[in-house]
Amino acid sequence: MDHLDHLESTSVYILREAYANFKNLCMLWSIGKDSTVMLWLARKAFLGHVPFPLVHIDTGYKIPEMIEYRDKLTREWGLNMIYGMNTDALKKKQTLPSGNVDHLSCCRTLKTEALKHTLSGRWPRHRYNHLKNKYEIDSNTDAFTGVIVGVRSDEEGSRSKERYFSARDRENQWDVADQPPEFWNHYKTDFAPGTHVRVHPLLDWTELNIWEYIQREKIPTVSLYYDQGDGKRYRSLGCDPCTHPIASTSKNVSEIVAEFKSGKLSNIAERSGRAQDKEDGGGLETLRREGYM
Amino acid sequence: MNIVIAGHVDHGKSTVIGRLLADTDSLPEGKLEMVKRNCELNSRPFEYAFLLDALKDEQSQGITIDSARVFFSTAKRDYIIIDAPGHIEFLKNMVTGASRAEAALLVIDAAEGIQENSRRHGYMVSMLGIKQIVALVSKMDLVKYDKATFDAIVAEYKKFLSDVNLSGEFIPVSGMAGDNITAAGNRMSWYKGPTVLEALDIFIKDPPAIDKPFRMPVQDVYKFTKWKDNRRVVAGTVATGQINVGDEIVFYPSGKTSSVKSIEGFNCPEHTTASAGEAVAFTLSKQIYIKRGEMAVKANQDHPKVTGRFRANIFWMGKNSLEKNKKYMIKLGTTKETVELEQIIRIINGADLSSETTKRCVERHDVAECIFTSQQALTFDLTEENAATSRFVIVDNYEICGGGIIRQALEDKHLWLRDYVMRRNYKWETGIISREDRAERYNQKSALILITGEKDVGKKSVAKAVEAKLFAEGKIVYFLGIGNILYGVDADIKAPGINSNKPEHLRRLSEVANIMLDAGIILIITAVELTNDDLEIIKGTIDTDSIEVIWVGDSPTDVNYDVKASGVETIDEDIDSIKKMLQNKGIIFKP
Repeated sequence: MDHLDHLESTSVYILREAYANFKNLCMLWSIGKDSTVMLWLARKAFLGHVPFPLVHIDTGYKIPEMIEYRDKLTREWGLNMIYGMNTDALKKKQTLPSGNVDHLSCCRTLKTEALKHTLSGRWPRHRYNHLKNKYEIDSNTDAFTGVIVGVRSDEEGSRSKERYFSARDRENQWDVADQPPEFWNHYKTDFAPGTHVRVHPLLDWTELNIWEYIQREKIPTVSLYYDQGDGKRYRSLGCDPCTHPIASTSKNVSEIVAEFKSGKLSNIAERSGRAQDKEDGGGLETLRREGYM
Repeated sequence: MNIVIAGHVDHGKSTVIGRLLADTDSLPEGKLEMVKRNCELNSRPFEYAFLLDALKDEQSQGITIDSARVFFSTAKRDYIIIDAPGHIEFLKNMVTGASRAEAALLVIDAAEGIQENSRRHGYMVSMLGIKQIVALVSKMDLVKYDKATFDAIVAEYKKFLSDVNLSGEFIPVSGMAGDNITAAGNRMSWYKGPTVLEALDIFIKDPPAIDKPFRMPVQDVYKFTKWKDNRRVVAGTVATGQINVGDEIVFYPSGKTSSVKSIEGFNCPEHTTASAGEAVAFTLSKQIYIKRGEMAVKANQDHPKVTGRFRANIFWMGKNSLEKNKKYMIKLGTTKETVELEQIIRIINGADLSSETTKRCVERHDVAECIFTSQQALTFDLTEENAATSRFVIVDNYEICGGGIIRQALEDKHLWLRDYVMRRNYKWETGIISREDRAERYNQKSALILITGEKDVGKKSVAKAVEAKLFAEGKIVYFLGIGNILYGVDADIKAPGINSNKPEHLRRLSEVANIMLDAGIILIITAVELTNDDLEIIKGTIDTDSIEVIWVGDSPTDVNYDVKASGVETIDEDIDSIKKMLQNKGIIFKP
């Protein structure tokens, strides 16, 4: 077994544990490279199938290619696809692009709030109907008690402290200082009513591992990650107004892997193109304690 | 390779790692400058430890709360350094960090010497199963790089390590000044051994345990019919050993047997073998009913232990103490069972390994040797034989509160029964029709409805009424009075007097029931005042999870029943509530 095999095996074990232990389980799919690898790992774990819904939080400001790619894979892989949205805030223009709020408030409203209420079932869930080829309001409003999320511990400081199975209280809050122990492949799969557990199968993967795995498995990824001829490509995907491409001429997966191995990117933080991280001297950690991915 | 760095609080772990990162150019550009600038702004002296303490809480308190993971590489390989907190309050975080590691760096402050957690962490590292360690005697700058101080610590700690079956190198270092971290420097010419960086590269990657007997805790049995996939696969991660297509396997504790027909996967080349560490899924040649929690074992290799009583070494991290006469959940492999503490043999003081035998409960941060009893039999190996399948955790009130390794299998009260059942299951011949096939055809799942209560409360009336109702609705259902067994199947042991050999009566009743359940029937049995012990015998014999207990009458009981029925007066309501329960459990369908 090489290192990628080992990472794959561990992630598959975690996904199977999650599926065996949580009745209302879902996987967050941000359309980015990490959660797409995670989706692929679910297909590995369940013999090509994905036996739980995928949830995407659509902020209304996602780059259009992302939504196209999402729906394409939904059809091709027969995914049980759900998206949630803060339609109220968008209507009232409580967003950064409308000029009414700052970065953190915008993320809080369009992502954290939308995520919280989509998971709890309080807000409408839009579910893809494969027979009619369109999204419809889902009649199922049961709260998800297990939520699989594709965070990696090398992304930034607060994520390096995560557990594979991480408890969130009723308000989705994360108590970093008092986390359950986790050892010998035993995770927190018992939880009090009203709380939920976040499952993190990708914790041990690095950004390079993700690309090497995409290369090995030939996983389809959204075209935004590749230079289309203007010498720019996205390294991390988010909302259009707050995500910026990096200067790079990598046109395909193998060029990206080579770029990483050359060390060219090693001194630039992966999320450096994400504006919300820079506010408040630790914006992402503040967001994550409140329930952000 | 995963390395944990542990030791007493303030002994300088984070500083050593911070230095290691800085001196190997492993930090993102600007990080070092940023932390230095922040220190200037807050007029605090710069410390390498700040590099790691990414979370705000930690910076304000100055201690590592959780195990931060740091990625870093040498020319030889990639490392994940897990920084385990040294403060006793955060033992559970230290355990979490250390359990993911293949080797450990134990840090001891040269000036303060060996402290409580230097030993406790060493002991935990040993219990968690880490064999390779290196001890770093840190802050050598504070003792003027004195060789005698170093030698004294080495002598004392070496003795301790050998008491917990560990051994390893000792390196004198200074995180602050950088001695012996990535380069030797010239202040400790008396030391000739490797630097920390070199010591890391000397650690040997744990080879997967292929030489051990094959063990795979069953994670699940999948059949994704919804996607028109008719494969029925047993899924799990191989703990130890190796399995090939065609191998005969036995599942414990049920004792059922089959053989591997194929190894299945998605987007991978076809393979016919799987070994330790691999997450696999395989189909079986003979269709048998097995479920999550069993352990797959190769038939021609050493068998695991199967019992509901065992002696173990445990460590406890719960806010509440571990006590007798209280039910806990044990998680072992993929099994989850109810367990009770039967006896505390001794409490070991994790800090100095002295032992105490008078304590009545195991308190937070205690390490102890105990006997546990579980309700149903568990499958495991002894730690000396196969560590991977000897490890368990204990859950109290939703939280993992303790961990342990099993040292000895002990006889339990159901041993006599299990031998019968395992032999029966081993020899059991199945037809081509599976349980699922029958359930689909009959539009019902087979289930045992046990109707019990005191004498003359109307158990039989309820039973016969339920039978009639379900029959009228097209269900395949049968009422079996216990007398029908007593004078027939039990004729040879039916002595005058009562309950002369109750366990054997129950076993035979259960065997008859087991056959009828395998045939897909909903079986209704009445019996006078069954106890929880009786139920355990029945559950231990019958090969299904669907046993529903109905308690009839107003008298109090400690039997765990599913429905309480009041008897003759309100028989229609009783039938209704029993029906509803069967629907909720998916035994019959809601209209």
